[in-house]
Amino acid sequence: MELKLKLTDYRTDVHNNWCPGCGDFGILSAIQQALFEMQLEPSKVAIISGIGCSAKTPHYVNAYGIHTLHGRAIPYATGIKLANPELEVIVAVGDGDGLGIGAGHFVHAGRRNVDFTVVMYNNEVYGLTKGQAAPTLGKGVKTKSLPKPNINLSVNPILLAFASGYTFIARGYSYEVKHLKDLIKQGIMHKGSAFIEVIQPCPTYNDIHTKEYWAGKGNIDPKTGKEVPRYYKLEETGYECIITNDTTEEEYLAKISKFIQKALESGNRVPIGVFYRDLRYETYEERLASRMPSYKYYPPAKQKIADIAGNPITKADKILEEFAV
Amino acid sequence: MDKPFGYSWLIGGAQGSGIERGASVFINAIASAGYYVFGKREYYSNIMGEHSYYYVRFDKKPVFSHIEKYNILAAYDAETVFRHSLESLPESAIIFNSMHRNVRLSEIPTIEKRLRNDISKRLKIEPNKLTLQMILEEAEKNGVKIFPIDYNAILNEIFRKTGESLSDLTRMNNVIAVASSLALLKLDFDSFVKGVIKTFGSKKNVVELNRMAGELAYQQVESKGYANEFKIKLEKLGNKNKRYIINGNQAVAIGKILAGCRFQTYYPITPATDESNFLEAHENVELSDYAAQAINEEKEHLQSQGSIVVMETEDEIAAITMATGAALSGARASTSTSGPGFSLMVEGLGWAGMNEVPVVVTLYQRGGPSTGMPTRNEQGDLRFAIHAGHGEFPRIVLAPGDIEEAIYDTIRAFNYAERYQLPVILMLDKYLANSVKSVENLDLTKNKIDRGFILSENDILKLKQEGKEYKRFELTDNGISPRIFVGTKGAVFWNTGDEHDELGHITEDPVIRDKMMEKRMNKLITAYNEIPFDVKLNHFQAIKPAITLVSWGSNKGVILDLIEILKGEGIEVEFIQLRLLNPFPSNELKQVLEGKRWVDIENNYSAQLAGLIKENTGLAPDYYIVKYNGRPISLDELYIAVESILKGEAPIRQVLRGGT
Repeated sequence: MELKLKLTDYRTDVHNNWCPGCGDFGILSAIQQALFEMQLEPSKVAIISGIGCSAKTPHYVNAYGIHTLHGRAIPYATGIKLANPELEVIVAVGDGDGLGIGAGHFVHAGRRNVDFTVVMYNNEVYGLTKGQAAPTLGKGVKTKSLPKPNINLSVNPILLAFASGYTFIARGYSYEVKHLKDLIKQGIMHKGSAFIEVIQPCPTYNDIHTKEYWAGKGNIDPKTGKEVPRYYKLEETGYECIITNDTTEEEYLAKISKFIQKALESGNRVPIGVFYRDLRYETYEERLASRMPSYKYYPPAKQKIADIAGNPITKADKILEEFAV
Repeated sequence: MDKPFGYSWLIGGAQGSGIERGASVFINAIASAGYYVFGKREYYSNIMGEHSYYYVRFDKKPVFSHIEKYNILAAYDAETVFRHSLESLPESAIIFNSMHRNVRLSEIPTIEKRLRNDISKRLKIEPNKLTLQMILEEAEKNGVKIFPIDYNAILNEIFRKTGESLSDLTRMNNVIAVASSLALLKLDFDSFVKGVIKTFGSKKNVVELNRMAGELAYQQVESKGYANEFKIKLEKLGNKNKRYIINGNQAVAIGKILAGCRFQTYYPITPATDESNFLEAHENVELSDYAAQAINEEKEHLQSQGSIVVMETEDEIAAITMATGAALSGARASTSTSGPGFSLMVEGLGWAGMNEVPVVVTLYQRGGPSTGMPTRNEQGDLRFAIHAGHGEFPRIVLAPGDIEEAIYDTIRAFNYAERYQLPVILMLDKYLANSVKSVENLDLTKNKIDRGFILSENDILKLKQEGKEYKRFELTDNGISPRIFVGTKGAVFWNTGDEHDELGHITEDPVIRDKMMEKRMNKLITAYNEIPFDVKLNHFQAIKPAITLVSWGSNKGVILDLIEILKGEGIEVEFIQLRLLNPFPSNELKQVLEGKRWVDIENNYSAQLAGLIKENTGLAPDYYIVKYNGRPISLDELYIAVESILKGEAPIRQVLRGGT
């Protein structure tokens, strides 16, 4: 296939002010590569972010870039996508952004199954405000700018996404760029709300779960005596969890209990890859179209509302008749 | 007080017992007989059981407001009689359930202690001894005629004929009260039936049962000779113009549909939700042939139908941000809320201001602060709407004063939002939202649609051929930059809540900051210069005004009614109704107000409009009339307040305290 668009077509010349060695670079690169490999026109793509380091992502991608409010990327993205479903919508949120201040929106997006992809940068800290504990930081962990160890339990993003109703759930690692790029492509291609958690070491404020930690520092395999990475790829273990309308209740329970086991794995063996796919539910766009047949062809952003002279073309007089006496 | 107030009818009962339906039957019956109506609804924040009531004022000439007194009190529970019977006009009647004569005041738990004590003191009888009969006798001393109706006899008769369960049939007590009222007014039975059909529509069985109940009520009033004892008689009038009966929620919704609003978000809240529900019920809209013809050539699917996506969101933050997202994609988008919801929306409002996104917010004020009085009226959010948000950004605030203006100003709100690329707040209140009014001479073709400075894909192509780059926030003299929708081919842009450069990328450069700040704020000057005088304010002039009344929003109706009454007494007053509240029409207001003796009339404690006027023009009122007890200003109390000013007997500040 001849590629019309080059990888550089997805880059901007905006100075990137992430810290040197930031895990965000890997995610940015994976997003750009995914768009490039899918040859998506920049003007058909919208990247919506919240607030924080992750939220600067849109400025570095040559596509429509909407950098919004802390925690609110999802509702902005929902409006953008539902008004014009032709757009390819990617939501870039942080852990505090998505699961702290924006947790409500995160949950409710699952109920809708809008066809977009949520990428959550998880470094367990609020980086841009200098390293406070994020909702994904484990209890008792003391990253370097915390005066005391974290007093709260952490939320499990994969399980929360499942409980909320996301129909594609995955986890990537920002230093496994190719693997992450593939996850993002799958997320984009999935019809419905896709959630991808990305483990993203913060080199400045997370001195516990560093790049070296994930690479296996101190995690010695007793057999080989070598350091083993603290993550592994689900697909290499033969794991798969796809729910369809043909899945029996028995199969469903078996699959879900396996999924939950995988979602709970932590410590020295953290799985990355696709955790869950649910093909049973129609997208929100399809639900709207079933109620409003014209939505499919003329979504809100594509409807004509006036003639050339500016006269309204909606027939409101008929509606007015309901009130006639 | 014997003033030409027209007629006033009041129905009351427990919340959930069909007060609104009953009022609808009455209103439609009266309106179909050719009368102009105005209806005001009062209810508690409660699902079932608390007292709810509905005032209907009607006349041969247009009526725009209510009075807190009745010609007919139509009661089917005892509480309504206890609460309202002593507030009568001359020539008035009480219809009540004859079974309730011996009910004692102390037996009604939903009457507040304060009111119970007041009634008890007034009659000098202890609550546990004060019966309904006693309060009726007290009312009779005021000249009120008492008409007991045997509701149960009517229900039993229907039960005998139809076999419908009696407990179901008690739901028709409201219609019995209505039909008894109409019979007392000697209005023809056909008009009653029209009211029933309009209210219950296609439900044939319900229509028939209500017709039967009405017929039996008419018979009872007839056989007891009540009609002769009551002087008022309603003739059927010829009705020349086509009329509609619409409330404020519906008016805004109709305006939105016509304006081409195609994305509406909301989180449930009183008194805003009805607007969104109406839109959702009408989510498939019909388009004129133009749309089909224009598109037929290029696509196989005729666009004879449009659609409105109505989203119930998880909270008001999502409501405004989702609507803003839809606006970015190019849909006309809006949200609708009340004060508490608007409080949550403020961060989203600021983002829309910063990123110059046209989003419309309908703000229905209710009694505040905090949860305040969720189902009651107030105009307490004026300052809030104008100043909401941290930092400084432009927004337009429009406040229609009645049903017609609500329709037209809604269309304007979308036009201004797009023309000036900013959020527009359309302010109404509970009184306007929940009150119905006869409307005639509506012109749905009056307002054009203006989408502002939008570049198409072809425009972008041309720009590229000229070697230019598209800049979403291009610096311009009037502050308005070329807008494209997210998804427009051949270009991209960036948005951010951070200060940004012309492309939309973050900047903290002081020079660019100044330019961007000035560009955004300049749009308000552009808007101020372009918006016509008669949208900024309505000036109801008088040749030799005794005084000038100044107000805003839903007070328009009561003031117009007052002007008519005073005119009948040979007194001329003029009225200035502010409609554009931001940017503030300082010059226009000065032009009409300077040198006048004037009264500020508002439904809030601190006279917020007067403060704004002083801030913007240096002019201060000679008198204030304010009200903040959760009830809208009624015609009778405003008459007394203005009369005392005209007589030179009024203090500078009068607080109105009417309403039950």
